[in-house]
Amino acid sequence: MSAVTDSAVARLESVLGANAIFVAKAANRELYALDGVSPTAFAKPASTEQAAEIVRFAAKENLSVIPIGARTKLFCAPTPARYDVALDLTALDDVAHYDPADLTVSVGAGMPLAKLNTMLREQNQFVPLLVPYYTQSTIGGTIAAGLDSPLRNAYGTPRDFLLGAEFIDGNGAQIKTGGRVVKNVTGYDLHKLLIGSCGTLAAITRLNFRTFPLPATTQGFLAAFPDYKSALSARQKVIHSPLVPLTLDVLNAQAARLFDGHTNGTAPIPEIDSNHWYLFTEFSGNEDLLARYKRELAEIADQSQAGDMHILEDSTALAAMAARLRESIAHFREHFAAPVIVKLALPPAQHTQAATVLQSIADAAKLPIAVIARASGPILIATSLQSEHSASGEATDSPISSLFAREILTLARSFGGRAQLISAPPHIKPAYRTIFRESLASERTLARRIKSAFDPNNLFPTLDAPAAQPTPPKSETSQSPSPSSEAAAQTDLPPSPPTPLPSKQS
Amino acid sequence: MPGVPTSRDTKSHRDLTRALQKLLGKNAVLSRPEDLILYEYDGSVEKGRPDLVAFPGTTAEVSEIVRLAAKYDMPILGRGAGTGLSGGALARSGGLMLVFSRMNRILELDFDNQRAVVQPGVVNLDITRAVEHAGFYFAPDPSSQKSSTIGGNVAENAGGPHTLANGVTTNHVTALELVLPSDGEIVRVGSKQGDSCSYDLTGLFVGSEGTLALVTEITVKLTRKPEAIKTLLAVFETVDDASETVADITARGITPAACEMLDGWTLRVIEDYIHAGFPMDSGAVLLLEVEGMLEAVTSQAAAIDEICRAHKAREVRVARDDKERDLLWKGRKNSFGALGRIASGIYVLDGVIPRSKLPQTLRRIQEIGTQFGFNIGNVFHAGDGNLHPIVLYDLRDNEQFQRALKASAEIIRYCVEVGGSLTGEHGIGMEKSELMPLLFSDADFDFMRRVHDAFNPKCSLNPGKIFPLGKGCGETRLKPHHVQTPKPEPATAPAPPASVNAT
Repeated sequence: MSAVTDSAVARLESVLGANAIFVAKAANRELYALDGVSPTAFAKPASTEQAAEIVRFAAKENLSVIPIGARTKLFCAPTPARYDVALDLTALDDVAHYDPADLTVSVGAGMPLAKLNTMLREQNQFVPLLVPYYTQSTIGGTIAAGLDSPLRNAYGTPRDFLLGAEFIDGNGAQIKTGGRVVKNVTGYDLHKLLIGSCGTLAAITRLNFRTFPLPATTQGFLAAFPDYKSALSARQKVIHSPLVPLTLDVLNAQAARLFDGHTNGTAPIPEIDSNHWYLFTEFSGNEDLLARYKRELAEIADQSQAGDMHILEDSTALAAMAARLRESIAHFREHFAAPVIVKLALPPAQHTQAATVLQSIADAAKLPIAVIARASGPILIATSLQSEHSASGEATDSPISSLFAREILTLARSFGGRAQLISAPPHIKPAYRTIFRESLASERTLARRIKSAFDPNNLFPTLDAPAAQPTPPKSETSQSPSPSSEAAAQTDLPPSPPTPLPSKQS
Repeated sequence: MPGVPTSRDTKSHRDLTRALQKLLGKNAVLSRPEDLILYEYDGSVEKGRPDLVAFPGTTAEVSEIVRLAAKYDMPILGRGAGTGLSGGALARSGGLMLVFSRMNRILELDFDNQRAVVQPGVVNLDITRAVEHAGFYFAPDPSSQKSSTIGGNVAENAGGPHTLANGVTTNHVTALELVLPSDGEIVRVGSKQGDSCSYDLTGLFVGSEGTLALVTEITVKLTRKPEAIKTLLAVFETVDDASETVADITARGITPAACEMLDGWTLRVIEDYIHAGFPMDSGAVLLLEVEGMLEAVTSQAAAIDEICRAHKAREVRVARDDKERDLLWKGRKNSFGALGRIASGIYVLDGVIPRSKLPQTLRRIQEIGTQFGFNIGNVFHAGDGNLHPIVLYDLRDNEQFQRALKASAEIIRYCVEVGGSLTGEHGIGMEKSELMPLLFSDADFDFMRRVHDAFNPKCSLNPGKIFPLGKGCGETRLKPHHVQTPKPEPATAPAPPASVNAT
């Protein structure tokens, strides 16, 4: 391992010239800290060429690099084993191309997402990415973090509307993939690999999107249900109806507290009842469509034993609620002590069984647990590890919390799903990441091959836990999974405890 | 000549043939020239004859075949129905072809989650046929959907007329089972729900044109049949008016489910054959479809009608019933067959441009046609800027064919010039590998090569595709392939355990 030496600084500064900003060993390096690890230096290139120059320099000097945008979602990235240079890409914020008549846009990775959508709004268009830390995030960081947007119910995920990209690979070469036309099968879809890559593969420098017309008048519907079964059953009925709402989420009371203190136009939304589950949905269209949505949603909710129902017609109030839903991850991170946030990717019809298990996990561990079950599949789970040690006020990696992680993993596996750690306190994050990556099974071997193709020098961080041993290809795929051994070896976790969950057959 | 099996009678060729027959049964292996010749072409204008053809029935057999082929140093490639239009499923350098027609079972239908798990040899339309009783369909609908297989659709990331609103194949695949070419290892990527929770490997393998892995099982999304559909036929005096209409529909943010254009010359050939109801004296027609909730469909259709008329449509007709709708689509989807009646050679091009550049590009295509002495017809997915200029030529006249290739390259070059790309849905394959440098640099090729080599390091799988000769791999194989003497045998690799398939 090497660090940024004084002579290296001098050499890099001479390479970059006057336009770029390069700062080493200065106090504000801490701005770029990730899980308490600060880089030795940060560099803010003024152009893609300079950014590539920095990566080439780092490759030559054996320095590790983390590409960074607005620093709002660094928590998604793995804890770095080494961290020499923070590559701040926020200066790459140009609009290379925008043709409103063609509904395509190409922007630098440092372009703030909100600024992009403000520009598109002038043409009545937008990119349907409503992600946490929306007002600060860059578009590059948004794609790299790969966090969910509630709008995916209507527009899909970035893999459905990211048309192409440019990036700097681990050799410092500038690579182009895809294009800026809406239909294209020229070459490999490498840009899809950047989504959710958390800076582990490449430094994203440019992104091309399909844009969408802004939805017409949007209204919302919020209904309270006595339990998760009825709430999820209502949601399934909407999924299998002709209705195509923009967002469609079921929230438990802990999660629905997002909306606390909110008003529905002039009337306040009644207090969230801690025993209830909620269905929240937004829909748009002409008057006839809106009327039909409201009528049929109310009918469906009624069939599923809904209690209170609220039609949300005031656009300002609804927009504020939508913003709270968009910021749910940020909210959990701010309002939960020692927050652990996990995404569970399960097909929607399995959500009821998953909710049963989640409930029993929460009850057994006495953990507060917030759940958002999205119609298109992911379940967002947030919990606070602090309450189990409320006396000391200290979050610890107690047996209960690792049991929590193990049980979520078991839950994911029993339905052929996936689990992903979104956020956790730094001291337990590597262990949790390792546990959840077990849900990926044989894909981890292939992911390593992708990683070496993008980043042969291992300059960028790795997705797997630090110091992962290269496993012989056979062992992971051709044997039945032996989950605990690898994780335990790497993280000093106790072996997987026997699970109290009823075993499920997929 | 590529594909001439000079090595047919060598001992090792016979040994490999026998080993395959032992594994699959005698009927599942073809090795005689008169059989192989049936597999030397596809829907494209290219050719390439395999040395052997095998028909695996299971994933385990595919894995075993990969290991056998490696032992005899024989390149391999997968093939579905052979309807591809870029030579993706042709044995460019000979070798062993795996045809997936026996792996044609639908393994699981999960209506609650709107998913189907299918084998690669299932015909595209058969998925829809299996699920339509429950109110679902499989959305990607290439014109070849009556015969093309889902495995081929996945390899090429196939599109179709209705992908405008619903997306292409990659948007409808959530998981894959794969056999890796290096050692026959069986791996799974993606999940039923679809979110990768890691790198989007499914997204990489779909559309990789059979160069990274053999796909042996596919989880696809099932789409709910729309509540309402309206099909409109807009009739124009000129191609210009029709293409201005498409640009305007796009610019106003209206996304029809389909927006197809047929120019006058092409529609007359089609009408002669299909009698779909296209007016014989028109300059161009647009076949438009809107679908979704009834209230939305009504207002979208009205908006489209208005835009068409503003661009001098002389008639906008709404299909009265399913019968009329089916007939209009029959005309569209059988257009290549209709053209086959008047020429021995049909070269269907595939380029893609920003939609706003449609009018100028169609004018340029006509100029290029004149320049090269062809009447170039156009029947294509106008709504997403995916052009299909059609060059008719005489199959026996090599000079004409060479001219057709030059005209094609000129058209594709223009597409790139206006901000477009080389192919919207047919793939690069053999056809366009030499045009790739129009878009990609040497650094790009080096990078793609590294990704390729991460899965297909010896270029044993589908060599000579996508990469321009000299920048990819497999060029050394572009001579008649000689079957090698088997390498000294390491311990025979065991068949993969059942647990791999059972996850």
